[in-house]
Amino acid sequence: MDGVTVTGVRGRARIVARADGRGGTALPVLDGEGPLAPRRTRSAGAEARVMVVGAMSGPLGGDRFTLDARVEEGARLHVGSAAATLALPGQAKGEARYDVRLEVADGAELHWLPEQLISAGGSDLRVTTRADLAAGARCVLREEQVLGRAGETPGRLTSRLTVRVAGRTVLDQELACGPGAPGGWDGPAVLSGRRAVGQLVVVRPEFADGPVAARMLGECASLVPLAGPAVLVTAVAPDALRLRGLLDEALAGLG
Amino acid sequence: MSRAALLVLADGRFPAGGHAHSGGAEAAVRAGRVTDAPSLEEFCRGRLHTAGLVAAALAAAAVLGADPGELDAAADARTPSPALRAAGRRLGRQLLRAARATWPSAELDAVARRFPKGTHQPVVLGLAARAAGLAPEDAAHCAVYESVSGPATATVRLLSLDPFDAAGVLARLAPELDRVADCAVEAARRAADEGADALPAASAPLLEVGAEWHAGWPVRLFAS
Repeated sequence: MDGVTVTGVRGRARIVARADGRGGTALPVLDGEGPLAPRRTRSAGAEARVMVVGAMSGPLGGDRFTLDARVEEGARLHVGSAAATLALPGQAKGEARYDVRLEVADGAELHWLPEQLISAGGSDLRVTTRADLAAGARCVLREEQVLGRAGETPGRLTSRLTVRVAGRTVLDQELACGPGAPGGWDGPAVLSGRRAVGQLVVVRPEFADGPVAARMLGECASLVPLAGPAVLVTAVAPDALRLRGLLDEALAGLG
Repeated sequence: MSRAALLVLADGRFPAGGHAHSGGAEAAVRAGRVTDAPSLEEFCRGRLHTAGLVAAALAAAAVLGADPGELDAAADARTPSPALRAAGRRLGRQLLRAARATWPSAELDAVARRFPKGTHQPVVLGLAARAAGLAPEDAAHCAVYESVSGPATATVRLLSLDPFDAAGVLARLAPELDRVADCAVEAARRAADEGADALPAASAPLLEVGAEWHAGWPVRLFAS
């Protein structure tokens, strides 16, 4: 089978969203190979909707997935996933990688709202998500990490999230957890035994003139203005359900 | 280079205002997450591998001559909490004042002119080390040590923890401090070729969230 190597599976998906000139959004590129399959679903107004379907299980050890999405000027794209992504241990040695590259042009909008990433026991996954936004771009980006299935010791997960607006990095954060991660990851400074952690980044040009005030969202979550036209919600919760509740509430509160 | 200059810079009594900050320990104690020496040790270990590593890499990069403006922006991007960004700049301003008086240099004067509102403390720490003739390794060691000594000292006051227990925590962390400082210097050297993106970005969600919670208290013992 194509894309399967001795070291693991290669998967690549590409999405390009373009304004169709009639107030809607076309998807001139929508393809996936290997385990990542992006599918167009119903559109809502000007927005094109894509669902990423995992056609195989994984990522497994040694796999390498990449997903590129580009939203061109004036287009609106919403990307979700059909199910949670489950990182599992594999036959191949070494860590799995999942690299997501997002580009949003002036006057374009991207909602990047995949389901949770679950780090199953024995897995070893490195995820990077990098969003490059033009000065006039809008974006909502959510990432949720769940450490282990119910009652399970998690695998190793390293996740780096970088957001750039007009060439300037407004957020660069990496979270490493699970067995083999640097010490203290489960301690009182980092996760304190909680098993779900998430980030929600909202970028809007108008935040440059009217920044949002920082506020707490319960005991272990906060909404803060970044050093740029963006806000970040950081939430740590006992489980995926309560984490999603916190992030949804924060997004609704931004209007 | 002078080994004694490192002791001057790393001394907790160096007049740079660090004693007023708990490094997140005050919030962690109030939340009931730090209650004794073992939980303090885990707190410090987590802070070391996140905020400590990032601070050490920024400081080492500053010693190596990276542009302070780029490092300041890199520190901003790695510090989502506005309370922590403000604390980092305030500490940077105070350290810069002390460093300019201690190791007068044209480079430190230029930084003071360029950043009237202050730049992040680890960047200034690196520039101060440079002015004192110290190496990137020295600045990194200084930064990793500060990342744990601040919370340890604060917890002695916050919990009336036995100071001997706090010193024991720091001593047990020492080999890890060395390793993190080495990683930081390695990353700083990589950043000299590849740019600030190569600097580590390790984050601690509860430190970030706790800092915002702490900043909203009407009364607190420490500034951060």
